[in-house]
Amino acid sequence: MIEAQTAPLLEIRGLSKRFPIHSGLSRRVTGEVRAIDGIDLNITRGETLGLVGESGCGKSTTGRAILRAIEPSAGEILFHDRDGTVDVAKLGRTELKRIRRKMQMVFQDPYASLNPRMNVEEIIAEPLICLDHLTHKQRRDRVVELLELVGLNASYLLRYPHTFSGGQRQRIGIARALALEPDFVVCDEAVSALDVSVQAQVLNLLSDIQERLGTTYLFISHDLGVIEHQCDRVAVMYLGRIVEFAETEALLRTPKMPYVEALLSAVPEPDPHVRRERVAIRGEVADPANRPSGCPFHPRCPYAQEVCKSTVPPLRQVEGVTGPHLAACHFAEALSLRGVA
Amino acid sequence: MTDGPIISIRGLEVAARSRHGMLRPLRGIDLDLPRAATTGLVGESGCGKSMTARALLNITPSPMRITAGSIVLDDRKTPPVDLAALDPDGAPMRAIRGRRLAMIFQEPMTAFSPVHTIGNQIAEMLLIHEKLDKRAAKERSIEMLELVGMPNPRQHFDAHPFKLSGGMRQRAMIAMALACKPDVLVADEPTTALDVTIQAQILELLQRLQQELGMTVLLITHDLGVVARTTRRVAVMYLGEVVEETTTEALFDAPRHPYTQGLLGSVPRLGSRRGKRERLPAMRGSVPSALAELPGCAFQPRCPKAVAGLCDVVKPQMAEVAPGHRARCLLYPEVLAASVALEAA
Ligand SMILES: Nc1ncnc2c1ncn2[C@@H]1O[C@H](COP(=O)(O)OP(=O)(O)OP(=O)(O)O)[C@@H](O)[C@H]1O
Ligand SMILES: Nc1ncnc2c1ncn2[C@@H]1O[C@H](COP(=O)(O)OP(=O)(O)O)[C@@H](O)[C@H]1O
Ligand code: SF4
Ligand code: SF4
Ligand SMILES: [Mg+2]
Ligand SMILES: [Mg+2]
Repeated sequence: MIEAQTAPLLEIRGLSKRFPIHSGLSRRVTGEVRAIDGIDLNITRGETLGLVGESGCGKSTTGRAILRAIEPSAGEILFHDRDGTVDVAKLGRTELKRIRRKMQMVFQDPYASLNPRMNVEEIIAEPLICLDHLTHKQRRDRVVELLELVGLNASYLLRYPHTFSGGQRQRIGIARALALEPDFVVCDEAVSALDVSVQAQVLNLLSDIQERLGTTYLFISHDLGVIEHQCDRVAVMYLGRIVEFAETEALLRTPKMPYVEALLSAVPEPDPHVRRERVAIRGEVADPANRPSGCPFHPRCPYAQEVCKSTVPPLRQVEGVTGPHLAACHFAEALSLRGVA
Repeated sequence: MTDGPIISIRGLEVAARSRHGMLRPLRGIDLDLPRAATTGLVGESGCGKSMTARALLNITPSPMRITAGSIVLDDRKTPPVDLAALDPDGAPMRAIRGRRLAMIFQEPMTAFSPVHTIGNQIAEMLLIHEKLDKRAAKERSIEMLELVGMPNPRQHFDAHPFKLSGGMRQRAMIAMALACKPDVLVADEPTTALDVTIQAQILELLQRLQQELGMTVLLITHDLGVVARTTRRVAVMYLGEVVEETTTEALFDAPRHPYTQGLLGSVPRLGSRRGKRERLPAMRGSVPSALAELPGCAFQPRCPKAVAGLCDVVKPQMAEVAPGHRARCLLYPEVLAASVALEAA
């Protein structure tokens, strides 16, 4: 449940990122992709906010832009913490370094995200180096503490990444991200490459840490089962914009945007007796370099009307529902869409 | 079905010597593929699913080779043949591959050459195997592209693979695999790299083609939802062995092997209404490497039901634990009896 008095940790306003498109050989800039296009998002302290959508819709770009791992083209990223409020989008280099302690990222690929030439101790201690009041002994103790937090132990300190399994590497990545007890962590497909057994271990770990430290997560995943299990609220993206945003339960049971209905109906149920009736949508994954006019989903939408081709539906509160539920569809109230049972 | 299986794998082993010891990705696979049906092959990363697929087509990556066992293909049109006994590079195996057995891969780019158009690559298959002339091969290729739901098939005949989206590339690869109307199609994670909406389209396509063409399909996946949706029977693998094999319904309703039970339990199911405050039942540990040599049951170090003094000593055999339901776990009297008998022999 979202409690009314919990203030947002992050208020994101109009966040956009455009990438130049280069022509084949000459590297001439021939246009631009609007990878994300005016994202508004409040992230509540201590929540896990899910971000879903098809590949290329802008999930990773959103996560990276919030952390300034890539430079946003426009927008505000208001970060409210104990020390006051800052707009992360406007910070200079040194201030950014300071704020990075509070905002971290765990990546999808446990193989590529760890430096192969560093041992586990060096990898996890690296972010601690900026705390120069720590003695060598204190630093090592902290590393061991972090290893234990993620279910590993001191015997791993001197080993190198290639000697670990995927799940263990992902744990090391998490330990490193948590080294400075950040308030906010972006988990970008952090469990997608893992087997279900290891995935379950890592999801439990993320929940334990949240319970202990009050960590806030932006949890990016394409797996809706994982999203349902892990997230308090969910935002669905389509072609660089948020098209639906609600509490997990409300979004999954009573979706208000046709793309979300189609997405939910496409998930194969791990039960041979249940056959979800699929809402067929036409066509391939949308291409942000070729954004349709009007509602960006209209070429694939089974409910599209004339107005959808010309007028962009804004993301707005759906009327007649209890609780906050935002959707970007002209017919959010009129359509009765099917959610998961 | 009174009809025997089209593929019958017995005691299949694949191995190679390495610096660190003997690598044994397949340790005695027993598996039948019922004719004109889809069989699923599941298990965690590294358990040997892809190696099984490759062994079936006799294309094990060097230095891996088939060291024991048989793979009998009986298409009822020609005398049964043991593929494991054929020279992988010989003419008889090459004639079977592509024509009677075909494979689609997780990453379609590995199946296509980047420098030729997809149309020419499909037509090439037809020129070699079906001895069609150029024009007929082209027309048949376009028909195949149409069959798999490629938009504008005539235009896309001339497209290079990298120009296509992931879903279109997957369709093109299916068209190529099916061009010669194979009896058996091995699909190794055919939708893993795709978005769920596209995945659903491709799975529906595969099911439709399987039924229309009466094909036998071996579908490899780690997604239990995909298995539930598309297969008739399922085999579960662990460390190079099949540990459970039964109908899809029985596997989900009453899994017998503790490994299968653990796998099914740790999947967060959409619609389960299980919130994050509830912990997922996670299995401990992960799949051992192909080098591992474990006494007794290979799953014993991770098994919550392991019995000390038994599971780490006696190697479980595969036995029928219910009609049409086989499992490899000593908790079942049938398995225990068969395993002890074998140890004594
Ligand atoms: N060329 C090779 N050389 C050495 N070991 C190999 C080779 N290919 C596979 N293996 C090993 O054989 C085992 C089985 O591999 P395989 O690719 O069949 O797994 P899989 O079940 O398909 O896994 P995934 O779900 O990750 O695709 C693994 O332990 C793997 O590391
Ligand atoms: N560094 C980059 N240069 C150019 N285009 C990019 C870059 N990163 C992402 N994009 C483009 O931005 C869009 C959104 O990408 P991304 O955020 O990675 O999507 P997602 O994580 O949802 O799959 C895609 O069209 C992608 O190709
Ligand atoms: S606005 Fe129109 S096209 Fe867009 S989702 Fe709603 S009904 Fe479909
Ligand atoms: S034989 Fe023993 S260790 Fe193996 S699966 Fe059965 S109970 Fe577990
Ligand atoms: Mg991404
Ligand atoms: Mg594989």
